[in-house]
Amino acid sequence: MDIIALLLEGFAIAFQPINLVVVVIGVIVGLFIGAMPGLGSVNGVAILLPMTFLVPPTSAIIFLAALYYGAMYGGAISSIMLGIPGASTAVATTFDGRPLALKGQADKALITAAMASFIGGTISVLLFTGFAPPLAQIALDFGDHEIFALMLLAFATFVGLSGDDIPKTIFSICIGLVFSAVGLDIMSGEPRLVFFDIIGFMHGINFLVLAIGIYGIGEMMWTIESNRGDSTMSKAVLSINGVLDSLREMGRTWFSWTTGSLLGFFVGILPAAGATPGSLMAYGVAKMTSKESDNFGKGEIAGVVAPESANNAASTGALLPMLTLGIPGSPTTAILLGGMVIWGLVPGPLLFVEEKEFVWGLIGSLYVANLFALLINVAFIPIFLWVLKMPFTILAPIIFVLSLVGGYSPTQDMHDVWLMLIFGVGAYLLRKLDYPLAPAVLAIVLGPIAEPALRQSLLISNGDFTVFFTRPIAGPITIIAIILLLLPAFKPLKNRFFPKNNR
Amino acid sequence: MRRAEIVAAILMAVLSVYLMWKSTELPIWWIPDEGPGGGAFSFWLSAIMLICCLCTMVNWYRSATPPSKSEESFMDAYALRMFFLVGGGVTVMIGLVHIIGMYGSIPLFLLFYLRFLGRHSWITTLLVALLAPVVIFFFFDIALRIVLPKGYLEPLFLPLYSFFL
Repeated sequence: MDIIALLLEGFAIAFQPINLVVVVIGVIVGLFIGAMPGLGSVNGVAILLPMTFLVPPTSAIIFLAALYYGAMYGGAISSIMLGIPGASTAVATTFDGRPLALKGQADKALITAAMASFIGGTISVLLFTGFAPPLAQIALDFGDHEIFALMLLAFATFVGLSGDDIPKTIFSICIGLVFSAVGLDIMSGEPRLVFFDIIGFMHGINFLVLAIGIYGIGEMMWTIESNRGDSTMSKAVLSINGVLDSLREMGRTWFSWTTGSLLGFFVGILPAAGATPGSLMAYGVAKMTSKESDNFGKGEIAGVVAPESANNAASTGALLPMLTLGIPGSPTTAILLGGMVIWGLVPGPLLFVEEKEFVWGLIGSLYVANLFALLINVAFIPIFLWVLKMPFTILAPIIFVLSLVGGYSPTQDMHDVWLMLIFGVGAYLLRKLDYPLAPAVLAIVLGPIAEPALRQSLLISNGDFTVFFTRPIAGPITIIAIILLLLPAFKPLKNRFFPKNNR
Repeated sequence: MRRAEIVAAILMAVLSVYLMWKSTELPIWWIPDEGPGGGAFSFWLSAIMLICCLCTMVNWYRSATPPSKSEESFMDAYALRMFFLVGGGVTVMIGLVHIIGMYGSIPLFLLFYLRFLGRHSWITTLLVALLAPVVIFFFFDIALRIVLPKGYLEPLFLPLYSFFL
């Protein structure tokens, strides 16, 4: 009952005029960013976070969460119409969305994608509302040991589950953590890692400098390089009949979107996994369980519905550990977490006690954002199709300009802008060599929490590392983290003893 | 690609060693009653970075990873051209901020990019190049009160300040 009362309060906040306005703007910007190939929610949130200083923190996070949601809807548009995923989270949507568009059923694909996104979003927000308060209640008892164990788990999932090159993943995590240590050592008060005695390093490396460098500059250069050829756009004509037809299709594919939503939500909670693998898994499961599995890849509606419900569900799932534990479930939520620090909030379970308005306003707005995203998406499909024709040579320079201004505004120091450029160029070059960059962004956000937690824990235990194994909650978390870290090492062994699995 | 992989691994290893050395400015061992020293966290993480780079080098030697097997060039002619034009353009834009400020360098960059890289019409180019700084001025300088650098163009903005602020 308590939850319902709080949720109603949340709705009251979400329906305040300013918050309604930011939801609508957030959804529209998100749909646009999601639809543009090469831009995803993480780019949008990183580049636009500095702009949110204009409004109070609650409205700011509502805006960014709406943008996050909108981008998940928007990704489907270019996946279907151009055959290029609008964001990495919509890769699985191209498998069947594109063939449908080529068969002349683009309208059906677009509308079912939007409806599936809505269902995935709504189911996951309901799950979120149910799970978040009890989880936060448990997390209130967490001390330094548990917090550090959770951080270890977050990084371990990248090593164990992401499938990227292992040494490069660990390298990326460590460099992010080292960068987070630059500046004043909070425990001894002494300056450290002030490179070449440049005074700008004294205030540390702001996580936004790294995030905008990677997602605003590095990723843009990557996209400009990889989008060389011209793509052909399919035609879509919308009609009431099309909508009714899509509704019937949704009824037929109910199993795909239910499993997609549930799978997406739980995969989204894991830090390394998130929406992209969540949607790919949902596609796989839908194909496996379907009676018409031969139709997959040739234009099967279930193949659009499953990944689209999953990627929206995963984006909500990723918010769960961010709000309750202070551990982000995706690169986008890592940036949101960093934003909370800038807005003067302390991430973690205490938010549910001390910042009720912030937490429940956000949860309430997720319901609202979902509804608006569905309505705006379906109503304005023709406009988004027109936007897709916008040449990248207009968008790219605007993003570079926004990155420049966004990199300057948090600290108002040109030193940070130069650093951002160096990170951006470095990220572009390293990305070409398969270095994963998301772990570094997560690490620079978590570093300032992880380091004091580790040092405090060791101080309490007098340098004894075994406390991380013997404490009741920290122990199991640490052990799971170590299993995940060792998981890749077992792969060669498995291949040796079970060579059949290799095929 | 194969050569780029080893060059990057060596450079990152050098960076790791530099970070380890830099961390030793503060104590990296246990301080009685104070816990780990201020340099410990970054020192040991940099050591792990170094080990990772060595692993990457071993993988390179065994040709075990995709980039260490790839025969493709790391940067072909198109990528190089793009890298220098776009990367160079952004660098010049940031450099010019110190001289003519954000509101001088942003329109110049947009002009360069839209007209010479994008080959858009003069109308589109001028529309974007002139509208963008106006929107940014009202958003940052006026609404957010974040005063962006103006360089030597500062005197031109004094009347605007006195009017809006």
